[in-house]
Amino acid sequence: MIDRIRNNQLGQLTLANILEKVREPGVLFWGIGFPILMAIGLGLAFTRKPEILRYVALIAADTGSYSIILKDDKLGNTTFRLEKMPWEEAMVQLKRGHVNVAVTAEDSGYRYHFDPLNPDAQLTYMKLSPVLNRISPSELQHQPAGSEGERPEYEEDLSATTGVEVDALTVTGTRYIDFLIPGMIAMGVMFSCLWGLGYGIIDTRSKKLLRRMIATPMKRSNYLVAMITVRFGMNVIEAALLFLFAWLAFGITIQGNIPALLVLFLAGNIAFSGIGIFLACHTSKTEIGNAFINVISMPMMVLSGIFFSYHNFPDWAIPIIKPLPLTMLADGIRSIFIEGAGFAQTAVLSLIMTVTGIVFFTVGLKLFKWH
Amino acid sequence: MSSSFAIEVRNVFKSFKTVRAVRGVDLTILPGQFVALLGPNGAGKTTLVEMIEGIQKPDRGEIRILGMPWKGHQKELRQIIGLSLQETRYIEKLTAWETLRLFGSFFGLGIERVEEVLQLVGLEEKRKAFTINLSGGQRQRLALGIALINHPRILLLDEPTTGLDPNARREIWEILRDLRKSSDISMILTTHYMEEAQQLCEQIVIIDEGRILREGTLDQLLGEDPSLKNLDDLFTSLTGRWLHD
Repeated sequence: MIDRIRNNQLGQLTLANILEKVREPGVLFWGIGFPILMAIGLGLAFTRKPEILRYVALIAADTGSYSIILKDDKLGNTTFRLEKMPWEEAMVQLKRGHVNVAVTAEDSGYRYHFDPLNPDAQLTYMKLSPVLNRISPSELQHQPAGSEGERPEYEEDLSATTGVEVDALTVTGTRYIDFLIPGMIAMGVMFSCLWGLGYGIIDTRSKKLLRRMIATPMKRSNYLVAMITVRFGMNVIEAALLFLFAWLAFGITIQGNIPALLVLFLAGNIAFSGIGIFLACHTSKTEIGNAFINVISMPMMVLSGIFFSYHNFPDWAIPIIKPLPLTMLADGIRSIFIEGAGFAQTAVLSLIMTVTGIVFFTVGLKLFKWH
Repeated sequence: MSSSFAIEVRNVFKSFKTVRAVRGVDLTILPGQFVALLGPNGAGKTTLVEMIEGIQKPDRGEIRILGMPWKGHQKELRQIIGLSLQETRYIEKLTAWETLRLFGSFFGLGIERVEEVLQLVGLEEKRKAFTINLSGGQRQRLALGIALINHPRILLLDEPTTGLDPNARREIWEILRDLRKSSDISMILTTHYMEEAQQLCEQIVIIDEGRILREGTLDQLLGEDPSLKNLDDLFTSLTGRWLHD
């Protein structure tokens, strides 16, 4: 009996699949290390810093800098460092993104130069202009160049501004990292299935190993079941580690129903496994597989709201974006993570993704080229 | 079901989009017989062997193995055939032992058979080496081991020594010669090395452009014309080309 289990082909296929994955350091890095590094990078880049420092070009013939400090208990302090520079230099600095606003001080007042489509530049302008209105252009122009440590500066305390109450929201779920992590989990499932499953099958076919294996009494279903099972197991581990990291580093929690999340995650795996099998059903050229995967994954990565909300796209595009499998998975995971959703909100998404997966899987299997 | 032939190929044709790969081949192989299909690249050897392996379907004609056609007997035939394809690459990060173990499991065989095969193909010392780290000769011996793991009655080897150095080639020949002595296995081997055909096989089939040009023992083939010194000469006299072109 034990021998029968140990000599079982599904068991050995599964084991071979696991060994193949864990022995490849690249697989572990791209599957586990890379998403975490990306979360660290993006998480830090977009997490609000308590002290904001903005550089502004002040058009002048001489050099020097002048700091305007806006104290704010709630929003954090903002420092505008006005750096004197000639116009040509200011344009270079604008292009480099070092400054996003240039200011010319004329006797009649200030003139601002910036790209109105750049929200960051607009913000700088809006915060800076009321303060500059209280400083005369001639004062700014004739400030002597201060040495390090004793920079001429102007300070204003906005905390005391009356009439307006600002309540800073620091609730979990409203930060960029809260938006990002569910999307990254969804993206991980997509890439893992398309590369691990789709590309893996094409690679096996290109090595003629698939052809060699089916010349034995190996059951074809066992081969696919082993591939899909191992891939699903790895996806669970990858998602769990990414979540664990996000919980430890950023305090992310799951607000909604965990069984609904597991069902949704499984449905996402079914959808992308089906797509992976479908894209791998015929070709034996890894270059073609590579192109297929990029054609499928790149548009979804951009459109499906992984790194930024898809509501930034024009209204007419939204009905096209919403039914994409990656959008459904990311939206579903996000709603459970940060909106506290449960089965009621995600059941339909899970169902659609499962059906999508089954359809692709069935068609893929019909067209599947084993030789 | 019963047949006195190990393999029967009757008037088989196979074309691909632009190539007529096999054009009317008849071939019979007796149990225990070792047969070489000798011919240059593109002669149709691989297509013929793949049809016998059940990987390709003939457009016309009939193939029977131990009296059984492929249709309706896939399960039985896969149990008794051992084969090695040209240029198969195995899972890179699986050891020789694990690869044999995997293929053994397809036949429900356990580690005892894996050990036997490792010894048979002389890879005991490489049991823990990943297949990617094996030399060309070792890889071919592993492929041969995989072909032999199920105690096949029919062995089909497609260019088992192409690209190997003379030493590695002789190691494979040794294994096959031992096999011939110790079992009643039937074998078809494709090759474009005249020496390989002479060394291993009593029956030699010269094939070119999808047709059999001559077949017989080495003596029969060379006996036709006293001026022929070897199979290369015979091939040249038949086609006006060299075997290695």
